[in-house]
Amino acid sequence: MTTHSQTEPIAEIPKKTISIKVFGVGSAGVSLMEPLARTGLAGATFVAVNTSAESLAASSAGDKVAFETKPLLGLGTGADPDQGRALAEEHLDQLKSLCQGAEAVFIITGLGGGAGTGISPVLARVAKEAGALVLGFVVMPFECEGARRQRFAELGLDELRETADGVVCLPNQKILKLIDETTTARDAFKLANELLGDSVRALWRLLTHAGLIEIHFSDVCALIRDRHAESAFAVAEAIGPARSREVTEKLLAHPLLDGGPVLDEAEAVLVSLAGGPDLTMVEVNRVMEQINKRCERARVIMGAAIDDSLTDRLIVTVIATRKDTQAEERAARLAAGDRLGSHLLGLATPHPGSRFVPPPPTLNPEQVERLAAGQGKSRGRKNLSKMRQGQLPLEIVSKGRFDKSEPTIHKGEDLDVPTYIRRGISLN
Amino acid sequence: MFDPSSIIVGLEVGTSKVCAVVGDLSLDGALNIVGLGQARSRGVRKGEIADAPMVEEDIRHAIVEAEQMADVEIRSVYLGVTGGHLRGFNNRGVHPVVSADREITEEDVQDVIKNAKTINLPAQNHVIHAIRQHFLVDGQDGITNPVGMLGARVEVDVHVVHGHLNRLQNAIRAVKGLQLEVDDIVFNGLASSLALLTNEQKELGSLVIDIGGGTTEYVVYANGIIKHTGVLAVGGDHVSNDLAYGLKVPLSRAERLKLEHGSALVDDAVKGQTITISNDLGMPIKAINLENLRRIMSLRLEEIFQLICQDLEQAQALDYLRAGAFLCGGGSRIPEIAKLAEQVLQMPVSLGKTNSISGLKSALDQPEFAAAIGLVKFGSFQQRKRASRTSITDGIKSTIGQLFKKTA
Repeated sequence: MTTHSQTEPIAEIPKKTISIKVFGVGSAGVSLMEPLARTGLAGATFVAVNTSAESLAASSAGDKVAFETKPLLGLGTGADPDQGRALAEEHLDQLKSLCQGAEAVFIITGLGGGAGTGISPVLARVAKEAGALVLGFVVMPFECEGARRQRFAELGLDELRETADGVVCLPNQKILKLIDETTTARDAFKLANELLGDSVRALWRLLTHAGLIEIHFSDVCALIRDRHAESAFAVAEAIGPARSREVTEKLLAHPLLDGGPVLDEAEAVLVSLAGGPDLTMVEVNRVMEQINKRCERARVIMGAAIDDSLTDRLIVTVIATRKDTQAEERAARLAAGDRLGSHLLGLATPHPGSRFVPPPPTLNPEQVERLAAGQGKSRGRKNLSKMRQGQLPLEIVSKGRFDKSEPTIHKGEDLDVPTYIRRGISLN
Repeated sequence: MFDPSSIIVGLEVGTSKVCAVVGDLSLDGALNIVGLGQARSRGVRKGEIADAPMVEEDIRHAIVEAEQMADVEIRSVYLGVTGGHLRGFNNRGVHPVVSADREITEEDVQDVIKNAKTINLPAQNHVIHAIRQHFLVDGQDGITNPVGMLGARVEVDVHVVHGHLNRLQNAIRAVKGLQLEVDDIVFNGLASSLALLTNEQKELGSLVIDIGGGTTEYVVYANGIIKHTGVLAVGGDHVSNDLAYGLKVPLSRAERLKLEHGSALVDDAVKGQTITISNDLGMPIKAINLENLRRIMSLRLEEIFQLICQDLEQAQALDYLRAGAFLCGGGSRIPEIAKLAEQVLQMPVSLGKTNSISGLKSALDQPEFAAAIGLVKFGSFQQRKRASRTSITDGIKSTIGQLFKKTA
């Protein structure tokens, strides 16, 4: 199948020139982008956006944008997405000029904090208006970072999905599967950086490298758009003559794919193969056969790219996405109940006309009750969003007789605190 | 009065009470409960020892009471342990059958069990139980004894319960400080399930939830084996604490309100009702909204069941529970708790009854004593096992002896 007459002209196809801008937003985003910026991606320029100048100073990105925060004297947003959003709206023109001329915009961020969660949806909107295709690469917080962060992150993710063409989301919690007892915290975060970096690089490769089989950018967007819960990525690499077999084995045993079941449940799977000029069609076929067998239900989009530097190597990237019914429910609630609620409370949405949907500013007591009764999962404390300073609880809950004992922490909740307080149920 | 070897004592050092149960194992293997001693526990928080001298004193009281009642001298006990640090998981061991005819021998079985019990745990953790589940022969599941079968590969699952060594040692040291021996330590949830479940219920699949003062333990049986265990460091103490906080009353008062007016469900009839609490002189000092009281309790208890439900869902153990759930421990005395549990767990829930043991009616009927009675039952199994083992070795000795006699 692969004679020289066939491979040579393909290898000589000039590289596609797409101008890509990669934004790292927030402290997490900047540090996630750092390894990419250092090695560089051909055709891509890097922009670091953050609210604290300190993390920007360490970044090796080409452009650096610092939003100065007056309320906190330049010390960031205090993990408050509202502030991040307000800042981004203030500097709308600056963002606009940054997005000018880019055909594709990648937004790399960690959700759950102030800057990343607040700024990235605004940035995505601006980039979209400037005519670029927007892809988000986001990291969700660890469960142990607390229910509050987790919820902000989920709301931020929903918002970003509304505005961006596609979002690839890596829950940090999944990293825990890859590490053992001895892995240090720093290594764990490094691992998260690497994984996200891999996926950015894989998509970049897809977009910019000449392919045996091309994937269109719109395909990628279609795959990761919609309301997909989370994407699982896995990257495997093998060298040598048995590379196609080896790479499939590695891939199917990959912990982030849970060894296979993720593929079984996947709705859509994107497979990107990258090899040197010596990549044969038989090898492509062998890999795809195995993957297709695993995900019969899914819509599979595949692409193969040639990179001269990858001679004798084969890199396969799989991005599998799954529908999330919970997210759909959440979105429905967001659209119907909560927005209505905010109008009732007299809080106008900042941009009523746009597709941009703000997070629910306040849950009124009756909604809180309904959510708690219906799901048992709502962890909202009363008056949560009225607090500008998120970390300081207005009501200090004494734990009574458990004050001095070891706290019982379950999924980031302290079970020693009375249940009705954690669920925000008011007693009359 | 009794042969000391047939006396088995279960000691449970709980958060709200210390309780010792004396059982007498007769020669024909029947277990009879002959004594019971209990004392209020003052040095335990969330199932773990917080004040060792206090705990020692409480244990002494309970043991002395049990000794007097049963008229025996207690020398050793089976000690129940619990606490949020305990974890349960399933582990599998594999062993290839190497013999030429592929027949599985007793040695193969011993080897595979040994393999299953080698678990990679941090050094400070101690394995309390490694309970054998089913064998698999060449992937065929559900085999209880593979000896004599043909196969190339034997596998076995064990359910392992482990905890922090130092915290377990604390409880053992408290008992040893009273010149008592500890025969074995047993996970409280396991003990309760032994006391409550019949073989049929274990076979059908049951969930036992022991709602104690400081902790809630749960055990899942399916197909006659232990499938899953877990501990939540949340119990009746938390209910009282929530009430004290929410109703703004002292803890002791909250405890009393819980016992007198508590319920696991909020019914419409209590809406707007108030309870007047009075001081020692009978003067009314405060009115308390009964609905709030019930609501606080209900939410806490509901959460306990929800957490258990989530954990079982994760362990994929929910579908096996055809016999339903059984409640025991002091928390199961809360009115309507079975109804609440039914709503959350979506399965029939009833209060557990101690089965297949005869003896003191007063002890057997109380749900609080399920764990301690289960400890005695656990002890009786161990004793029987030991007895049968010694008889086998005796048998071997005599046969070998006869051989020698013949050759000589």
